[in-house]
Amino acid sequence: MDKQINKTKIAVNQLSFFYGEKQALHEISIDIPEREVFALIGPSGCGKSTFLRTLNRLNDLIHKTKVIGTIEIDGQDIYNSDIDVVQLRTAVGMVFQKPNPFPSSIFDNVAYGPRAHGIKDKKELNKIVEKSLRQAALWDEVKDRLNEPGTSLSGGQQQRLCIARVMAVEPGIILMDEPTSALDPLATTKIEDLINELRKNYTIVIVTHNMEQAARVSDKTAFFLDGEVVEVGPTDELFTNPEKQETEDYITGKFG
Amino acid sequence: MSKVKRNQWIAFGLLSLATAFTIVILLAILFYVMSQGLEMISWEFLTENPRNMGAEGGIYPAILGTIYLVGMTLLIATPIGVGTAIYLNEYTREGPFKRTIRFTTEALAGIPSIVFGLFGFVFFVILLEPYTGGWSILSGSLTGVIMILPVIIRASEEALRNVPNALREGSLALGTTRWYTIKKTVLPVAFPGILSSIILSIGRVVGETAAFLLTLGGSLLLPRTIFDGSRTLSLHLYMVAMETGNMDMALGTGAVLIILVLIINFTAGFLFKRLVKRFS
Repeated sequence: MDKQINKTKIAVNQLSFFYGEKQALHEISIDIPEREVFALIGPSGCGKSTFLRTLNRLNDLIHKTKVIGTIEIDGQDIYNSDIDVVQLRTAVGMVFQKPNPFPSSIFDNVAYGPRAHGIKDKKELNKIVEKSLRQAALWDEVKDRLNEPGTSLSGGQQQRLCIARVMAVEPGIILMDEPTSALDPLATTKIEDLINELRKNYTIVIVTHNMEQAARVSDKTAFFLDGEVVEVGPTDELFTNPEKQETEDYITGKFG
Repeated sequence: MSKVKRNQWIAFGLLSLATAFTIVILLAILFYVMSQGLEMISWEFLTENPRNMGAEGGIYPAILGTIYLVGMTLLIATPIGVGTAIYLNEYTREGPFKRTIRFTTEALAGIPSIVFGLFGFVFFVILLEPYTGGWSILSGSLTGVIMILPVIIRASEEALRNVPNALREGSLALGTTRWYTIKKTVLPVAFPGILSSIILSIGRVVGETAAFLLTLGGSLLLPRTIFDGSRTLSLHLYMVAMETGNMDMALGTGAVLIILVLIINFTAGFLFKRLVKRFS
């Protein structure tokens, strides 16, 4: 892996997050570089998923939440009042823990986003769908049955379909919330290979429970504990030579 | 036999007796009405106008009146009911406002239908007579709308609540608006449930007598517009039985009513199964 320093894509500064009275994130500051894979690790309930969902403002859907601090993407504060959330979410795609294909055909699943953004031309949609499915390494498996329901695919294929669906709206950033936790090892390997392919063009932030996965796919890792970032650093350093005792305890399996 | 085992047998016996009782009563009613009523049904019975206040002739105007009333009621109630359910479930958060609306619909659902009839009579038939034509299909439909709105709202809300949040989030995360998400993902998934709520309310309208007694007027003439008075099959059955005393005619009407309701239910079940298959 080359060690060139990429410019910052997402700059998080003193971010705190509240569910009602309960504070879930405490003054988090992280810089996420462009075209790298950034992993978030930590025990359940440590706030890593909450953090991920602040990046596309999906937490806005939950009642009585509050955000303090700033998140800048390409230098723009995404919690600024003049930001269009719909546009933000087009630029910041998300893949969920459990594959959630829409109850429609494979084609319609991928074309969903482009159609929502006003693309009606059949030829153009065909092109986008094929390109996205190829990017998600699913094209060869489904090209002859694009009209079959997305839900008829296997779990791993469904997850790649969901990735293709995100590709189709051409985001610069992809958020992944434990994308392989519902998949078998073989499907997991395929997704990890895919992530390695996607890093060339996308900035990827991935939450994972699986430390080996973080080690395999990510360039940098942040270790979360009780809503705070304990340590951030290049993945190989964080795993081989952690600075903090908590980090070492967690990655060596003493808790978590 | 041990005491435990004996209790088990007694419980089993009582429960099966209760079940048998229910089934016997149900079958007895069905058998009685059908055996008496079916022989009344003929082509003339279904297509001719009643004579002598319904003691003779056919029931054509009542069939037509039923269809018009159901159609008109659904036409008004469906968009309002489903719209309210969407608003409540997709756009409002839990809070005093939502609780108030929910309480109101629950309360509305519990009101005896004759009270709706009285309201419809005073409001639509008398007060708004210049606009509704007094006793008319329109007055009846508007009263029917108020009556079935709670049914549609509650069942549609339930159907919407059952749509997994993961689908909403998946759609919104692609940079789509809330309305696009509702239109393209939430509604199609909730559709079978919404449809069954609508069909449930058809049954309610078809079976209702009290509310329409006061608002439809009970005209025996063939309705030409929605401003004409009319009667439904249920209403016709009641009036024939009470006013002419011709039980054969009433039973014939009853048989038609039962068949109609069965057809509605079977169609609904069939549609529901096909839709669920298509969307899951």
